[in-house]
Amino acid sequence: MTEHNDPKTRRSFLRDACGGAFLLSVGGLAGYLGARHRKNDFVWQIDPYICVACGNCATYCVLAESAVKCVHSYPVCGYCRICFGYFGPEPAEINEGAENQLCPTGAIDRKLIEEPYYEYHIDEKLCNGCGKCVKGCNAFGNGSLHLQVRHDRCLNCNECSIAAACPSGAFKRVPADQPYLLKQADRR
Amino acid sequence: MGRRVVLTAVVALCLGLSGRAYPLERFPPPEFTETQHQIPSPTTPEPRQDLYEYVDAVVLLAALAAASYLVLRKRNRRMVFLLMIASLVYFGFYRKGCVCSIGAIQNATLTLFDSQYAMPITATVFLLAPLLFTLFFGRTFCGAVCPLGAIQDAVVLWPVKVPRPLESSLRLLAYVYLGAGVLFAATGSAFIICRYDPFVSFFRLTGSINMLVLGVSLLVIGMFVGRPYCRFLCPYGVILRQFSRLSRRRVTITPDECIQCRLCEDACPFGAIREPTAPWPDEEYRAGKKRLALLLLAAPLIVAAAAWTGSLLWPQASRAHARVRLAERVYQEDQGDVSDTTDASNAFRATGRPTEELYAEARAVQAQFVLGGWLLGGFIGLVAVAKLLSASIRRKRTDYEADRAGCFACARCYKYCPRQRIQDDGKATVTA
Repeated sequence: MTEHNDPKTRRSFLRDACGGAFLLSVGGLAGYLGARHRKNDFVWQIDPYICVACGNCATYCVLAESAVKCVHSYPVCGYCRICFGYFGPEPAEINEGAENQLCPTGAIDRKLIEEPYYEYHIDEKLCNGCGKCVKGCNAFGNGSLHLQVRHDRCLNCNECSIAAACPSGAFKRVPADQPYLLKQADRR
Repeated sequence: MGRRVVLTAVVALCLGLSGRAYPLERFPPPEFTETQHQIPSPTTPEPRQDLYEYVDAVVLLAALAAASYLVLRKRNRRMVFLLMIASLVYFGFYRKGCVCSIGAIQNATLTLFDSQYAMPITATVFLLAPLLFTLFFGRTFCGAVCPLGAIQDAVVLWPVKVPRPLESSLRLLAYVYLGAGVLFAATGSAFIICRYDPFVSFFRLTGSINMLVLGVSLLVIGMFVGRPYCRFLCPYGVILRQFSRLSRRRVTITPDECIQCRLCEDACPFGAIREPTAPWPDEEYRAGKKRLALLLLAAPLIVAAAAWTGSLLWPQASRAHARVRLAERVYQEDQGDVSDTTDASNAFRATGRPTEELYAEARAVQAQFVLGGWLLGGFIGLVAVAKLLSASIRRKRTDYEADRAGCFACARCYKYCPRQRIQDDGKATVTA
């Protein structure tokens, strides 16, 4: 019965026991996390009804050119001739001249549909997500221009730098099956 | 014409100042009866397909298997190095360092504490697969798979020896970091391990200046002190250490027997080679025993003191939670301590919610931080006691060995061993 006191056996028994415990805990954690797992992963989203268009999206994104862009919900738009998302505060003339525009990158195009209604398009290649037009449209228009995360660009970082910098709590994790919350005409 | 512009502007201004919460349809969308123009809808590009994420998980498992095979079976540094570079390119530069095992600790914590959140399956694999492999094969994940380890391993130039007590003390930082990462994730404040990931700005080739400076300085330090992040900061590393202690198989410097030639003594840039121990002189042995007894008696006191300190210090960090920060700001504004307002306080006031509600929420978060502070402090105390205990115990060792916990399985030491050389030469003659 001397082998029971053999330190080597005792040590290896202890080691095996601890190893087994660790293995069980990994298995347990895997089981728990697997059970909690949902079909849809999470992606980042802006709630445009909470967003205050502070401009942090343009500067805080880890991408050199932000993944947040202005999105135009056409069904909400009033097709105004004088659009406060399009024109600067005191435009010299009401025309498409660059000096009259609010957008710092000239990312908004407009075209006449029928007098006096204009349709506004965002050129996403130029938009930097600064939200200036969103502020203008919210203040004096229907609020059809709003910021949203574009998922073809978003890296879906575990810790989103924009979410950390968002002052209004509009930047959230949402299930990936509904990645876009766009302004709707029927919501008041 | 000009008058109409002014009129519209005035009407719009009045509407704007009337302050409706959702300023929708002040101007009803037109019906294009003349041109029959169809109103378009905005585009919604889809997120990255799940399929790609499963590819990441499969690549991870393959890399872990390959690393274990190359380190333990092939015993070939060059191949391990190539695999390490491949991992750096794939997980680092191609996948931009996101989904990583270190950060996944926080996802698991948030899943445990927040019923609204569930961890992606890929992140679960990234968290658990390296643990499992480490339990069987040692830290082969650190050696050849982790991109953060790889970028540091690639710049090791002239490693200096860090004295063991200093190394052990500095490693406390990693335990504090792990605890802080868990606390911040559990309270839903932030994922600080991701936020302060020093190398991710290299992987993305963009980042804030502070993080770039931190990353560059860690790499510069890493030229002289091998893998500083892995050894002194990595929160996942300290978990892997415990698993590696119990690993079934592990790195052995020699393929068969140690001939005590001491050639491997300086082989490890990470200070993970342990030399044989001399027998303890009798009086030292007795003094050591006494010290151990004292330490065991003092252990509860140390833990209690650390827990108390933690409960005082950590609540200060609750400012990392946006709600606490906002509540503090709103309180200051209401008290007249500050004259201006911030975007956050303006946004809060625009919602019209009572400030008491905000204060109550902030207090709840602070209470979580107090409890977390006690637990975290106690945890750090326990780690410190364990470190002191292990420093007071001398283990018997007859050969040169790789430290079970500290070895990153980089396979550098093999080529220093003459027994390995003999084996390799033997193989070479057989094939020749």
